[in-house]
Amino acid sequence: MPSPRYWREIPQRYRLEANKCKKCGKIFFPPRLICCECRGQAFEKIRLSDEGKIITFTVIRVAPQQFATQTPYVVAIVETKDEVRLTTQVADCKPEDVEIGKKVRLVFRKIQEEGKTGILCYGYKAVLV
Amino acid sequence: MVGIIGYGSYVPRYRIKAEEIAKQWGMDPDAIKRGLLLKEKTVPGIDEDTITISVEAGKNALKRAEIDPQEIGAVYIGSESHPYAVKPSGTVVAEALGIVPEVHIADYEFACKAGTEAMFVCYSQVKAEVIKYGLAIGADTSQGAPGDALEYSASAGGSAFIFGKEKVVAEIVETYSYTTDTPDFWRREGAFYPRHSGRFTGEPAYFKHVIGAGKGILEKTGLKPDDFAYAVFHMPNGKFPLTAGKKLGFTKEQLEPGWIVPLMGNTYSGSSPTGFSATLDVAKQGELILLVSFGSGAGSDAFVFKVTDRIDEVRDKAIKVKELLENDRIYLNYGQYAKFREKIIMNE
Ligand SMILES: [Zn+2]
Repeated sequence: MPSPRYWREIPQRYRLEANKCKKCGKIFFPPRLICCECRGQAFEKIRLSDEGKIITFTVIRVAPQQFATQTPYVVAIVETKDEVRLTTQVADCKPEDVEIGKKVRLVFRKIQEEGKTGILCYGYKAVLV
Repeated sequence: MVGIIGYGSYVPRYRIKAEEIAKQWGMDPDAIKRGLLLKEKTVPGIDEDTITISVEAGKNALKRAEIDPQEIGAVYIGSESHPYAVKPSGTVVAEALGIVPEVHIADYEFACKAGTEAMFVCYSQVKAEVIKYGLAIGADTSQGAPGDALEYSASAGGSAFIFGKEKVVAEIVETYSYTTDTPDFWRREGAFYPRHSGRFTGEPAYFKHVIGAGKGILEKTGLKPDDFAYAVFHMPNGKFPLTAGKKLGFTKEQLEPGWIVPLMGNTYSGSSPTGFSATLDVAKQGELILLVSFGSGAGSDAFVFKVTDRIDEVRDKAIKVKELLENDRIYLNYGQYAKFREKIIMNE
């Protein structure tokens, strides 16, 4: 993950900031500039609920190198209370603990390090509640 | 009235038992448990550090304070394990909590008392009316060298406190600090693990400063130990705070709610603040609480708090320390622990 992109995405990664269309009410995460429902261009900035549930998930057993020490780990599609779906790792659990429909909370975690001397990248992960 | 308007804690889910560490190094587990009064300690997940712990504790403090984060004028984080050597932890924490950009940020360091340093400065800033609200956090993911006595205690967690003048939960009655140059424990720039001077850490360091600060604040306020409902002392192990409390004239019952070290370990900058947070979880209106931290190097900060009737309104708005310590624990064996704490040398 290159640093400039990480920095640009801080509002959504750290604070779950999303855009809500002022015309039709659809919520976009990550935020968009034009509403795909009604072509509206006026948005209200909102923060997504940190409560949600697991829609579906997969278990990663062969991971990219920077996540290799964490295998096996779970990546899930989570739907928040605002009915927004996002893809995230499920932390602090064994793969066998995860089930579709289980309730989760989004928490603030370190996602990765840009090598031993680069920046630390933070963001959201889900934990089972 | 200036005091705490919201408080909150966070403790990682992972644990390692004292006997698991003792077994690894061929030590007698019962002797360790009896000697240090430690059962287990918290261990941060691979994706947790002082910044993530501070954010979660800060969220819990905001739930109780019920204020607009944008009105917080200072974020001070005390830790001896800030993830960056240069770049304040507070920048990430304030961004994650929605406090930026109009905010003064600084990280504090003073071994185990960096958390109460942050509290002291936040309190002073609010009292001086420089800021409306201030957020002070003590958090750590402390490390002890493998096989060192510190390995049984060095743990992870933290607590956050929001200071203000309205809707106060615990008023600050008095503060007092006691500091000298005492080389009991240190870590040089670039060294991975800290070093300590063994026996030297007891009498001339911990007890001298904790008791000095305790006596000092009792004298300054004219209060006696039995005026207090509770007292919290820094917890490098189970025994030291009990001994310090006894020497100052406090009973085990007064220390009990904040004496979280047998299950938590020594969370360094988060130690006495989290003991204090656990005490607020059970305190009632009008009760006095004494908090005395200790940081090697060495010094102690002491505070006298008076709990208000608002405690009953905020208590249940966030998770309590007892729940954090007793629910959803995941136990690690020594191998998993060594991997989690990056004690194993990996190929790049
Ligand atoms: Zn729309």
